[in-house]
Amino acid sequence: MNTVIIYAVITLSLIGVLSAIILYVIAQKFKVIEDPRIDDVANLLPGANCGGCGYAGCRNLAEFIVKNETLDNVFCPVGGNELLKQIGPVIGKVAVEREPMVAVLRCNGSKINSPLKTNYDSLSSCFFAHSLFSGEGGCPNGCLGCGDCVNACTFDAMYMDKETGLPVISDDKCTSCGACVKACPRNIIELRFKGKKNRRIFVSCVNKEKGAPAKKNCAVACIGCGKCVKECKFEAITLENNLAYIHFEKCTLCRKCVESCPTNAIWEVNFPERKIKTADSQTEEVIAN
Amino acid sequence: MKTFKIGGVHPKENKLSEKSPIKVLALPKTAIIPLSQNLGAPSNPIVNKGDKVKVGQLIAESSSFISSHIHAPVSGTIAKIDEAIDSSGYKRKSIFIDVEGDEWLENIDKSNNLISDIRFSKEEIIAKIKDAGIVGLGGATFPTHVKLMIPKGKKAECLIINGVECEPYLTSDHRLMIEKGDELMVGIQIIMKSIEVTKAYIGIENNKPDAIEHLTNLSKKYNGIEICPLKVKYPQGGEKQLIKAIIGREVPSGKLPIEVGCVVQNVGTAYAVYEAVQKNKPLIERVVTVTGKSVKNPTNLLTRIGTPVSLLLDEAGSLPDDSGKIINGGPMMGKAVNSLEIPVVKGMSGLLVMPEKESKRVAVYNCIRCAKCVSVCPMGLSPYLIAQTSEINKEEMAEIHGVMDCIECGSCSFTCPSGRPLLDNIRISKNKVGQIIRARLK
Repeated sequence: MNTVIIYAVITLSLIGVLSAIILYVIAQKFKVIEDPRIDDVANLLPGANCGGCGYAGCRNLAEFIVKNETLDNVFCPVGGNELLKQIGPVIGKVAVEREPMVAVLRCNGSKINSPLKTNYDSLSSCFFAHSLFSGEGGCPNGCLGCGDCVNACTFDAMYMDKETGLPVISDDKCTSCGACVKACPRNIIELRFKGKKNRRIFVSCVNKEKGAPAKKNCAVACIGCGKCVKECKFEAITLENNLAYIHFEKCTLCRKCVESCPTNAIWEVNFPERKIKTADSQTEEVIAN
Repeated sequence: MKTFKIGGVHPKENKLSEKSPIKVLALPKTAIIPLSQNLGAPSNPIVNKGDKVKVGQLIAESSSFISSHIHAPVSGTIAKIDEAIDSSGYKRKSIFIDVEGDEWLENIDKSNNLISDIRFSKEEIIAKIKDAGIVGLGGATFPTHVKLMIPKGKKAECLIINGVECEPYLTSDHRLMIEKGDELMVGIQIIMKSIEVTKAYIGIENNKPDAIEHLTNLSKKYNGIEICPLKVKYPQGGEKQLIKAIIGREVPSGKLPIEVGCVVQNVGTAYAVYEAVQKNKPLIERVVTVTGKSVKNPTNLLTRIGTPVSLLLDEAGSLPDDSGKIINGGPMMGKAVNSLEIPVVKGMSGLLVMPEKESKRVAVYNCIRCAKCVSVCPMGLSPYLIAQTSEINKEEMAEIHGVMDCIECGSCSFTCPSGRPLLDNIRISKNKVGQIIRARLK
């Protein structure tokens, strides 16, 4: 009886030792030497795997950075400049600072501005709705309000406003990864410079129709009148296909165009309220003088 | 009785207008003719603002191989060439014609005389069909002359004429078969000559006994035309289902009917071919069924292309108050229209006014894995599986499950007890997979 136990123990131990030796040999033979810096960089990266940098995931970006030992043309929109500053010492390079970006919704065709003409009760998917019809408000370029962008956002930076039927983007949470830009079938969302103190000016419309039909569908559509183009002294505004576009690299945030727009299609965000010069205040000034 | 083997459903037929004869609709004041009326590339306009046109005059040329000519359906002056909204609400380039009188081109035979001897060769017939701008009138609007040009190395063995009209409500093909039987038979013989076959089958569902009887009597006069009564089952009008039902052959996945030696044409197309070849009359009008449960007099109207839809509804007794949706086509595959100002186009077979309470979608519940959608799918797919892969954006999985074989008949959504939007999800997936396949081929 005892001998059986002893034999069993000995055989199993022998098999164990043998396997250990085989495994060790194989492990040595097929060893993958990975640059330890890849792990260091990957640990610094946010780990959201959003794809905003253009790589499939954070680890892929880390591998690219370490293998090529470069920080040129590499940018993690989630971590931003501060993250690149941290990664710099790991591979011994200094990153060029970039202007922080933010996603901007270029449509204001809410239920109030663009009243419903038809009802859509099919699948809540912008991709599908876009292939079916022009939209509940009739605008063939405007927001469909089915929330593909909100579903695409991995950072919880967007929600659908039920009253307006438009998505709302939170400046603080948006990492400018660009997932919503890709998700939108009508290219309404754009990444723009975040601007000083989050101040931005942009045309909140992407409608390429002529003035009259555009105005019929939406009260705040860009009608392509070109007033803002004339007003801008910095050549930051161009007019193409009946649509004005403000180039954010050139815009100096002077706000002249906002005043000139007849349909209020140009938006200013996070600016202090304007001083309204009324007749009373002027007379008061005169009296004071 | 013959029918296709896999799947199929039987929605309520509701053929309200089957007894009302085809009426000729009065001319509109302005005709709007969209330049994109066929599958494939839109046509190029060859007229300018201010030009005078006669009925049947060519106003837009086909721009590529898969494209068709468009002719003036009315006489008058070209008002403008501008954008007009189509049934989806998007703007498409269209020709606007202000109607003045009704002046036809001289070479068009307007009489009702039957010309039964075919005096043209195969090539001449196809050229005439191309010149007449005929497209498949069943709804897909594929240019007919392209379909009749048999690719090299293939041989057509038989012609199948689709008189099934499996969509509920629609009766335009049914009335055409009863009223224009002789013309239809000549049209079929012309198509037979053009593809060099000696056998033609007309598939008709047995809910149209009068049409079956009428055409069976007529077919005795013509050689090689056989009437096939079919059991009522949706979607028998699908090309692949019809071939399976009539001659029992199965079209391989991703291939065309010519692979099994068949050419399928709609009865409306066959009638248009007769008019084009024998009477020089291009495709300028078609029969449109205007129907619906609350419509006062559901009817079949012979309408010129370009007539605003509102005129058709007026003819059927104005728009009912309780209408919720107006559908271009039948209830199973049609799409709701966006506006009443859209014009009749070559592919419009019916206008269905749905009452408010029927047009609403039912509440969506979870999938209970009953597999009803699997049992009714006429292509033998698993709709629940494809819909699921579509919801989680797994396009490669959808492709493996055969999403590109889906004919979008809607049987799965129709039968689902949980009211799931299966077809909607499959359409998304089909769209995305199609893009992937096209990118792969490049």
